[in-house]
Amino acid sequence: MNTVKRLWVAVPLGAALAALGWAGFAPVSVTSRDELFEIPKGTYARRMAGDPVEILPSKVRLTLGLNDVLMLRNLDDVPQVFGPTIMMPGQSFRLPFEKAASYDFACTAHASGQMTVLVEPYPAMPWSKIGWRFREWWENRKR
Amino acid sequence: MIRRIALLLLLGTAVASAAPDANPMKAGVLSPVMAAPALALQGTDGKPLNLERFRGKVVLLAFGFSSCGEVCPITLATLAGARRKLGAGAADVQVVYVTVDPERDDAARMKKFLGSFDPSFVGGVGSRAQIDAAQKGYGISSTKQVYADGNYTIGHSSSIYMIDRAGGLRAVMPYGHTVDDFVHDLKILLRT
Repeated sequence: MNTVKRLWVAVPLGAALAALGWAGFAPVSVTSRDELFEIPKGTYARRMAGDPVEILPSKVRLTLGLNDVLMLRNLDDVPQVFGPTIMMPGQSFRLPFEKAASYDFACTAHASGQMTVLVEPYPAMPWSKIGWRFREWWENRKR
Repeated sequence: MIRRIALLLLLGTAVASAAPDANPMKAGVLSPVMAAPALALQGTDGKPLNLERFRGKVVLLAFGFSSCGEVCPITLATLAGARRKLGAGAADVQVVYVTVDPERDDAARMKKFLGSFDPSFVGGVGSRAQIDAAQKGYGISSTKQVYADGNYTIGHSSSIYMIDRAGGLRAVMPYGHTVDDFVHDLKILLRT
């Protein structure tokens, strides 16, 4: 009986430790370095009609060495300004980042007119890997 | 044995050449490439300033003003450093710097300012309406901040637009990149 009880504790604990070990030590990877955001057709028209449409998140989080390229695609009918550049209708802008920092950009696709790109360092340490995996899971869950 | 090594080397070369560009640009890249918005200004070299003049060269286009105390001197020093480091290739790189302060920047003042960094730089000046049109074409914002003494400074977009030899707006380098980043990207643009 004691053995069964012990197993009830030991098996979940072992599994949790194994999962934690994997999350902390297995290499992190992503399918693409590009974090894609699209400005849909009609964004400008909707805003002009008084709809405070928020298409893109006001804060984008990137990680060096993983998803460290911001890819914006303008599917709207009018040019859109994103921080350093203007994107014509149908055009995309692929902006790589090489330094961890917080970048504030003007962005006409936002009602606020601003977008922040937070670039974080590569999660090299076990606890940062665990944090990165948890955040990815959490954000994917919300999508 | 030698034949095997030769075959392996050949295979390695083929794989390397088929691999995607492992050395992408440091700047943000626009796709598809479209013609750079036109400029219709006066140049500090005494000629009309338009981009057609520089076809066949890579143009680095930026906006600023001669009284700028922070961003513009750093940008211009970086661009001058990149041209120096490019060596002979610099002959095919033209820096164009358009004022966002037409009330104070005339051709002579802008020429003197730019010349202190690199005498080959060409400035763009004009009326308020001409400058506004140039800024609108590139999505440049500028905001005047007036001090208590009536003097003012101007906050402005600080990216550098990279225009290829055919006049296409290929890439945009955000403010803050190094001389080596520009040299890296200019070498790519000069090859194409």
